Amino acid sequence: MRDFSYLRVDSVEAARNAAALPGAMLLAGGTTLIDLAKCGVAEPATVIDISYIEGLNAIDVTADRAVIGALAKMSHVADNAEVKSHFPAVSEALWQAASAQLRNMATIGGNLMQRTRCPYFRDPQNFPACNKREPGSGCSAIGGVTRGHAVLGTSEACIATYPGDLAIALVAFDAEVDLGERKLKVEDFFLAPGATAEREHDIRPGEVITAIEIPGSAAARRSTYLKVRDRQSYEFAAASAAVGLELEGDGRTIRDIRVAVGGVATKPWRAREVEDALKGKPLDEATVRKASELAMESAVDHGANHYKIALAPRVIARAILQLGETA
Amino acid sequence: MTAHDMKHAGSDSARLEAVGGRLSRVDGPAKITGAARYAFEQQLEGLTHAVLVGTTIAAGKVTGIDTRAAETAPGVLAVLTPDTIMELNSASDWFGRQPSEETYCPLVREVTFSGQHIAAVVAETLEQAVAAAALVKVGYDETPAIVDLSDGSDGIPVDAMTKEWGDAEAAFAEAPVRVCASYNTPREFQAAMEPHGLIARWEGDELTIWEPSQWLDGMARTYAEWFGVPFENVRLVSPYIGGGFGSKALALAHSAVAAAAAKMLGRPVKLVLNRPQNFTSYGGRAATRQTVAIGADKAGRIQSIVHRGVNETAVDGMWVEPLGSVTSIMYATPNFSSKQNVVRVNTVVPGAKRAPGENPSAFGIECAIDELAYELGIDPLEMRLINYAEQDPHAKKAWSTRQLREAFAAGAEAFGWARRSREPRSMRDGHQLIGWGVAAGTYPVRRAYGEAVVKLLADGSVEVESSSIDMGQGTYTILAQTAAETLGVPVEKVSVRLGDSHFARAGVTGGSRLAGVMTGAVYKAAGQALDELIGLALSDPRSPFHGLQANTLQVKGGRIAAPRGDGPEFSIAELMSTLGREKIEAKGDTVPASFTPEQRYNNYTTIAMALPHTEGEHSRHSWCAHFVEVRVDEDFGTVRVSRVVSALDSGRLYNPKLAESQWKGGIVMGIGQALLEEGIVDRRHGRIVNGNLADYMLPTNADIPDIQTISVGIPDPHSSALGGKGVGELGIVGVAPAIANAVFHATGKRVRDLPITLEKLI
Repeated sequence: MRDFSYLRVDSVEAARNAAALPGAMLLAGGTTLIDLAKCGVAEPATVIDISYIEGLNAIDVTADRAVIGALAKMSHVADNAEVKSHFPAVSEALWQAASAQLRNMATIGGNLMQRTRCPYFRDPQNFPACNKREPGSGCSAIGGVTRGHAVLGTSEACIATYPGDLAIALVAFDAEVDLGERKLKVEDFFLAPGATAEREHDIRPGEVITAIEIPGSAAARRSTYLKVRDRQSYEFAAASAAVGLELEGDGRTIRDIRVAVGGVATKPWRAREVEDALKGKPLDEATVRKASELAMESAVDHGANHYKIALAPRVIARAILQLGETA
Repeated sequence: MTAHDMKHAGSDSARLEAVGGRLSRVDGPAKITGAARYAFEQQLEGLTHAVLVGTTIAAGKVTGIDTRAAETAPGVLAVLTPDTIMELNSASDWFGRQPSEETYCPLVREVTFSGQHIAAVVAETLEQAVAAAALVKVGYDETPAIVDLSDGSDGIPVDAMTKEWGDAEAAFAEAPVRVCASYNTPREFQAAMEPHGLIARWEGDELTIWEPSQWLDGMARTYAEWFGVPFENVRLVSPYIGGGFGSKALALAHSAVAAAAAKMLGRPVKLVLNRPQNFTSYGGRAATRQTVAIGADKAGRIQSIVHRGVNETAVDGMWVEPLGSVTSIMYATPNFSSKQNVVRVNTVVPGAKRAPGENPSAFGIECAIDELAYELGIDPLEMRLINYAEQDPHAKKAWSTRQLREAFAAGAEAFGWARRSREPRSMRDGHQLIGWGVAAGTYPVRRAYGEAVVKLLADGSVEVESSSIDMGQGTYTILAQTAAETLGVPVEKVSVRLGDSHFARAGVTGGSRLAGVMTGAVYKAAGQALDELIGLALSDPRSPFHGLQANTLQVKGGRIAAPRGDGPEFSIAELMSTLGREKIEAKGDTVPASFTPEQRYNNYTTIAMALPHTEGEHSRHSWCAHFVEVRVDEDFGTVRVSRVVSALDSGRLYNPKLAESQWKGGIVMGIGQALLEEGIVDRRHGRIVNGNLADYMLPTNADIPDIQTISVGIPDPHSSALGGKGVGELGIVGVAPAIANAVFHATGKRVRDLPITLEKLI
């Protein structure tokens, strides 16, 4: 029997203290932690239940800024009228994530800590080699079944895809994660595997996510999240794009554009090459499609995931063009 | 609406209760309130928990099992290995054939697939057993595995599958128009919501098993033979089943482990497979490959069909997925050849999944005929009518009934097929390429003999008992309707008890045979009970009907009266009381009187006694036509089914509401097969890597459009006592080719490998 301690805390301060304990893991909605514990990946020594902390589930949105408490439920944020109005891509990303049951349980802070769906990562009994689980043990995925694996941000240590939707939208709009002492860009909070695949987040012992902040912008107000997947619901992205658009007064020249892609990279992936290629350019199909190809310039496939290199630019282009049609 | 319904159209609500009425599921309230108790929900005193340890290699030898850490783990009662588990007798197979080996060990030393059971841990709690099972250390001597069909040779010919007439190869070579292509289906899984597993309890040499089962008597026979106890000493209990789809008809290795553990410990043992084990402990649908060559004249008349098929089977077991079953009967052709091989690969023995054989067979021939239609520039529906088989082309016998032409007509009308533009890529809505496809399906009428007990009780209520089962298809409901109609009592007076092997015997629930067999048996038993009641009423001196100048009485609404209504009238309860009877019980069966006790036993515990569908002068099959609209995103390659209209001939429907539900379930499963389902094997390890319900893709509600089903059946007296043909398997047959054909119409791209995933279209 794998025993563990259970600690319920009622303040962020207490949570931080407890989170500094060796082998401590935070429990909020539980949709990731319990799942990973059942398949033998997560083996916490202490489970710190933060779900009883009051005041961490607030959703405070103005045109200038959204501040979303770490314990806000995915479904509540998705359904928030101000989020829908000022940050539609955030709401759309949440609605298309997981299932209704999971969205009702899972929290925003926990969502950022969601781990990869790589089948080799999730099956320690049959596949002992996994650099994410056991640094230096190798990668079982490389040379194996790779249809869902990443083509961007991979390394020899790991090719696991970051599976989430929300963080793609957060990265597109320069959101920050509030860790108390530190605030980090969400883009920097997530780490590409490099040689240290076991480090997925820039979070230190004793740090607790308390909120996510998203700066408002014209691009965020005119934004969308497009998710392409094998089935219509309860499925991770084959490729997805969070896109925001601001046009000049002429209604066709691109003043500001934000592009991030999901389902294809080891972390939420901002496609600045696409943004740079389109700023100041006219919004027309040929230009957009050509620029969208740039997102995949550094892509490397592992066989069965080759299709993602063709698919992702098409998803980006469709998202941009759809936004262009919604004046 | 069926012809049968039409006869009764406009009649009163009593029709709802009678055979053919749209009565809702009588077991529905128990299921939605949680009152229905499933196998694993039994609360037993002293229950222990077993967890299996599976192999992590696909081929080789076990060199050692270190159980020391597991044995001393908290709560552990026993660690079973091939060396420590009790010896079992080998059991006969489902044909009743005696095994070649004398003994059987459900835990293996020779590894033939990944996930094979190698040891089991029994502990006081499930958590203790799970933890201890992880401590069992296994040593292997690994050898190379054959992971799938692409590794193997051409395989082993299965001569019994060969079907030939005319000179197919020569006629194909001479045909002015020819198509030839290969069609592949992957390994698919039944993926029932309720996992496999059981609770086993011994009391002396009597064994009780709570286990979801599609075949209580067959499984009881297996347990009895394993443990060398009389058949009557084994009681299987399975009143509710959370989905079977063909997978729950046999007692398997994990069943033997649990029952043996219970015997060894002298305590009841519960063993439930975890979700990944549900992908490796019993077989899903075998992966298949087919080559279909069709030669035709310029008018589209088929001259020859040459068909070659291969399916995977296991290293240590044989499964033949009959790939020529639809190919050989769907279209008229003067020349035909179908042959099949099997290839042994390192997998658990494949098994039955909804319409085994017919399903992949239809994928081949129904795609191929579509290809021929485009080759000739003939409408795909017209193509099928040009080659309509007026009789069984293989058996050369008349169809019992074949409403396939009617299905094509009704489906095409409801779908609006006439508005279809012929050219591929000719219909679109923005970025969505729209395609319309059609395909036909069929499933043979499998018949068997059955029995049932019907009891008339003192309070006027009725009990029906049978060891047959209801896995969601509606057995409780249609048997209540059959008894109510036959006895003339309101349906709420009838309670149906199923799923206990100590009830009247029943054969396998598979091959869509149960409804036809069991309605016939209940009809017979209820008729006997009624005859006895009427006989007593007329002959017993205490009866108010005694001395009445009548040779029968009529029963309606639970009341019994003289036939012309000119005498007394009593409720059945009043009559029973007057007669001083507690109950009238009749066991009725449709078994030939000449059967010996052994033949009767084999009738229920093997499939050897089933009646061929081409017995006598007729060939008996259900038929259907599916019309499908797909939308394919031109950039993303994603296929969404946006409309399905299916017209189906299952003969007379005992309950149209439930039949439609079963058809739709099959169609939903067909959509999953066409677009999503595939067991993905890591070739280096010979192991399924998506053995869970997140990664093994099944359709969600969002993937399923409105489905319209139209019944075009007519009563078929050659197929069953009450005129019905098979329902459960039919719906899925032809769905995948209809979708593949629609995808071709939408995109101009012919995808011959299922599932049709987006990367095959971008």
